[in-house]
Amino acid sequence: MELSGGEIVIQSLKDEGVEYVFGYPGGCVLHIYDAIFQQDDVKHVLVRHEQGATHAADGYARSSGKPGVVLVTSGPGATNAVTGIATAYMDSIPMVVITGQVPRAVIGTDAFQEVDTVGITRPCVKHNFLVNDVTEIAETMKKAFYLATSGRPGPVVVDIPKDITDPNIKVPYHYPAKVSMRSYKPLVSGDIGQTIKAVKLIKESKRPVIYSGGGVVLGEASEELKQLCHSLNFPVTQTLMGLGAFPGTDPQFIGMLGMHGTYEANMAMHDSDLIIAIGARFDDRVTGKIADFCPHAKIIHIDVDPASISKTITVDVPIVGQVKPILLDMLAQIKSLGETFDQARIADWWRQIEQWRAVDCMAYDQDSGTIKPQYVIEQLYKVTKGEAFVTSDVGQHQMFAAQFYPFDKPRRWINSGGLGTMGFGLPAAMGVKFAHPEADVACVTGEGSIQMCLQELSTMLQYDTPVKIINLNNGYLGMVRQWQEFTYKSRYSHSYMEALPDFKKLAEAYGHVGMQITRKEDVEPALREAFAMKNRTVFMDFLTDPEENVYPMIEAGKAHNDMVMAPNSKYKRVLA
Amino acid sequence: MSRQHIISVLLENEAGALSRVAGLFSARAYNIESLTVAPTLDPSLSRLTLVTVGSEETIEQIKKQLNKLVDVVKLIDLSESFSLERELALVKVKKSASMVQKIDDLGSDTLARITDETDDYLIIELSGENAWLDDFLQTLGEEVVEVVRSGVIGLSRGERALTI
Repeated sequence: MELSGGEIVIQSLKDEGVEYVFGYPGGCVLHIYDAIFQQDDVKHVLVRHEQGATHAADGYARSSGKPGVVLVTSGPGATNAVTGIATAYMDSIPMVVITGQVPRAVIGTDAFQEVDTVGITRPCVKHNFLVNDVTEIAETMKKAFYLATSGRPGPVVVDIPKDITDPNIKVPYHYPAKVSMRSYKPLVSGDIGQTIKAVKLIKESKRPVIYSGGGVVLGEASEELKQLCHSLNFPVTQTLMGLGAFPGTDPQFIGMLGMHGTYEANMAMHDSDLIIAIGARFDDRVTGKIADFCPHAKIIHIDVDPASISKTITVDVPIVGQVKPILLDMLAQIKSLGETFDQARIADWWRQIEQWRAVDCMAYDQDSGTIKPQYVIEQLYKVTKGEAFVTSDVGQHQMFAAQFYPFDKPRRWINSGGLGTMGFGLPAAMGVKFAHPEADVACVTGEGSIQMCLQELSTMLQYDTPVKIINLNNGYLGMVRQWQEFTYKSRYSHSYMEALPDFKKLAEAYGHVGMQITRKEDVEPALREAFAMKNRTVFMDFLTDPEENVYPMIEAGKAHNDMVMAPNSKYKRVLA
Repeated sequence: MSRQHIISVLLENEAGALSRVAGLFSARAYNIESLTVAPTLDPSLSRLTLVTVGSEETIEQIKKQLNKLVDVVKLIDLSESFSLERELALVKVKKSASMVQKIDDLGSDTLARITDETDDYLIIELSGENAWLDDFLQTLGEEVVEVVRSGVIGLSRGERALTI
């Protein structure tokens, strides 16, 4: 089969089993777009901004486990995509981003819409390629998918000069079934000796905590994690990225940890004698002050990326490899211990944790006349029976969603954890809807974040991807305002947004349903009404308490046992 | 405790590979004292030698992050075992009898010679461990017009080798 470069790009996607490409055309990708036009297998989704394309592909990938695919033009097409590429990179999301490039003959001459895409994206991709010849496109595409989806996943950029996609130049097409790269050999199974060492520590521990992260979701190891946790009966905390891998409603789950984690999770980390870190990377939002991190604990760390081991926190037993086979090894080792595995030795630990749990650290004012953001999320959980896919933007609403919507399944909670990208939620929700057309999808956002990728409301109408937008509108950039309240004596520098649009009318202008909810008693009925409209995108503008804060909070640079608690809490500030 | 390490890397000989290494060091605020790179006998591979300074933990991270780069095929830390280290310098000095004498005085044990001579200037070619070069260049004082150094290269001694 002889194909042109443009056709090879699309045929490669077809052979890779790609369903959707999120993209935006432009000069340097016109040949590729012409190849898209002439086939029906790979469906193209025309976004309204390239950032939206990357986040939509990202949401598709996070919710399905399949790589997201993006196609954008050179220059501004590529630079607009950078935020979404960096977002995917920070959270290890498999993505292949095809960027057009100016013809080879003019590369380096500051040609129209030329940027050094490989140079600009280099620090925020797993790898990138500038394809030099039409005969190299197919193999490069295969390498891109292999790199994006194997080992620690991540985005890969394939930059393709326009002239090698010329429809008049045809070459034999062969898409390799497999590629091997001498410089890239991701580890699969872990060292069994290390696992045996880890199990020895597990057996001896009296105050263990399982600290599980996004790697469990990415590594499809949720079942194995559940088995391990249940067989040990250890308390489980999860990172923002890990939520759902272990069920949020399971009594062994002690809540998220870190900056806005629960009192019980953070106190347990601080007092623990053994941390079992699984697919988690000791992010600064999790560790707080490094010097005071888990001062009494030995640490076991399972991770697919050797560079994650002892990067910020020195660990005692690293196990490098994919989470799933390592957890299976660990389960087999624990099973072989049989009756010698004594539950009684952690009974005191559970008693202590239950005392911490009784503090009820996330309690909020139920009698308030205003709509509390926490209340909206609780009602959202109730109305969707905890089964929705929930995307979020970044800020207070993100933390409220993470705290008040317990996820029982992996890949249901879709948020930009590492980069913290405002504008992520809406296009990501659209991407989720492409992967799960029948599912309820909610985008929890705020009046700040939603305006950063609002234009995708138009795409959502065109492709009929109905999503429920839960806008927690407090009039402030809430998390910024909260930090300013705590650390800048309430000097609210530019965190108040004047001249907000009428979101109800705005939604209607885009052809969707708009609602504004101003009274607490209307929250639940409005949600029921919105979710009953299966085929409509509904923009729900909830006017919430303007000065509510996210509690507990570990301020930057503080230790786990130094939390700011809600003002009405009997535990004002906790210092052990 | 911070210590100097010489790390040798076999790199895919591809456009942009060097910028990935250099970019890694600047992005993660690692130190580079010197960096030298050239193709090997196998034209598909380059060998890059870099000198960096850091604590054991930092050096460990540097090696892991380098290994994580898709273009890096293999690396060794020459400072972990006995190794031979060399750096070449070309030094232009004002010509004088005392300068010629100084080079002669170094004797045949030292890899130093006058490579070029014009009416008023000499170019001295020196090769040795970089600490020795540092010391020797200090002794030349005011006479030095210009210095160029190649950056450190090295090989491990005995059986150990960086090959694929």
